[in-house]
Amino acid sequence: MSEIPANLKYAKSHEWVEDLGDGIVKIGISDHAQELLGDMVFVEVPEVGAAVSAGEECAVVESVKAASDVYSPVTGEVVAVNEDLADSPDLVNHHPYADGWIMQVKMTEEGELEELMDADAYTEATAEEDH
Amino acid sequence: MPNKTPLFDQHVACGGKMVDFAGWDMPLNYGSQLEEHHAVRQDAGMFDVSHMVVVDLQGAEVKAFLQKLLANDVAKLKESGKALYSCMLQQDGGVIDDLIVYYLDEQNFRMVVNAGTRVKDLAWINQQAAAFDMTVTERADLAMIAVQGPNGRAKADAVMSAAQVEAAARLKLFVGVESEGLFIARTGYTGEDGYEIMVPAEQAAAMWQKLVEQGVRPCGLGARDSLRLEAGMNLYGSDMDESISPLEAGLNWTVAWEPVERDFIGRQALAAQRDKGGMRKFVGLVLQDKGVLRAHQDVVLNGEVVGETTSGGFSPTLGTSIALARVSADVADVCQVAVRGRELACKVVKPPFARNGKSCIELN
Repeated sequence: MSEIPANLKYAKSHEWVEDLGDGIVKIGISDHAQELLGDMVFVEVPEVGAAVSAGEECAVVESVKAASDVYSPVTGEVVAVNEDLADSPDLVNHHPYADGWIMQVKMTEEGELEELMDADAYTEATAEEDH
Repeated sequence: MPNKTPLFDQHVACGGKMVDFAGWDMPLNYGSQLEEHHAVRQDAGMFDVSHMVVVDLQGAEVKAFLQKLLANDVAKLKESGKALYSCMLQQDGGVIDDLIVYYLDEQNFRMVVNAGTRVKDLAWINQQAAAFDMTVTERADLAMIAVQGPNGRAKADAVMSAAQVEAAARLKLFVGVESEGLFIARTGYTGEDGYEIMVPAEQAAAMWQKLVEQGVRPCGLGARDSLRLEAGMNLYGSDMDESISPLEAGLNWTVAWEPVERDFIGRQALAAQRDKGGMRKFVGLVLQDKGVLRAHQDVVLNGEVVGETTSGGFSPTLGTSIALARVSADVADVCQVAVRGRELACKVVKPPFARNGKSCIELN
């Protein structure tokens, strides 16, 4: 059973969003997603300053198995990326909600947060996927 | 419903993440493919390869049959138990499958072919065998466990009888022996020393458990693939298939041209291809940029597509990505591979990339 922290919001495509305040959010992929993908060997993060749109590709996580797109759950501008992933992509496996974060975005459409799932809804969504 | 090997319950008990592979419910990994990979390079790991197809070929004309069926020549095999790697070809030189054949005596051979090609292989073998005085017997009653790694043989000894240990201790590389119900062979698909052990299906689970107790790490299909890729070993269906001859898959060394009278299936097509020239070559690539090479990406030189990767992935031993590729003959020391719209720089090398615990490649 994968971990799904209650304080985060989730996208159907398995990204999590943490509201840092001031319209800035931190984004990564869920424990469920990293489990499905397997050992990470490379993470391609966006550039700081890049514009991202909700539902569009913003990063790529490559595991031993395959390359998978990460979709931005929100629209805005990338204000920080996790540079530690360059040397330690396995942070995504071991600490998906902490040191394995991928990027921070300054949102331009704050209402988008309300459209994401809470932990209960995401738990239900991943349970359905497993059946 | 996919087939289950006699070790299915062991895989589940060991935390195996099960996936469908060639119609079999097989473990992809037991948690971490990378850790499993390193266990085989540095210590000992084991794989359930019971899905592979063991076929016994017996009879007065079996040797003549194999000399016709295979591109490599079983006449090279003089010592009982000696193994030979070969391709089985179509008339047009395309590869039906790659396989291992063990010579037991002049009228007894044992072959191991891939699970994914079982139906067409058996059909082809039976069709060709009809003209010879011999029998073809599939040994579905046997399970197979590959114990691989520098400590693999010593740890496997602990689960065998004294007679089996003694028989196994005498084995040279690429030789197998039958002993007290087991067929123990010093072969594998990882680039490490070890055994492939054929065991009666009903004894397989107990042997697996004892190997676990000896500290042999269960390894899944993921690690099996990254280990064989590092070892520069081809994967049927990825590096070659019916549309590719062994001459364009880095397998020239498995084609026995001598004696010239031996008219193996596909010989004329291969000879014509060889004489015509202009063949693509089969090379190794080591990624110099960040990223991961995968199978079937375009290889680029001076802006032109000059070939494709046939296998690719992250090499845990080298710490960077590697690939096997089929490219035009003018590719020399460097090339690029197109990955998601970008061209990543690669060094061209001769496989293997890693064997016996170590990298075989200078990275820079």
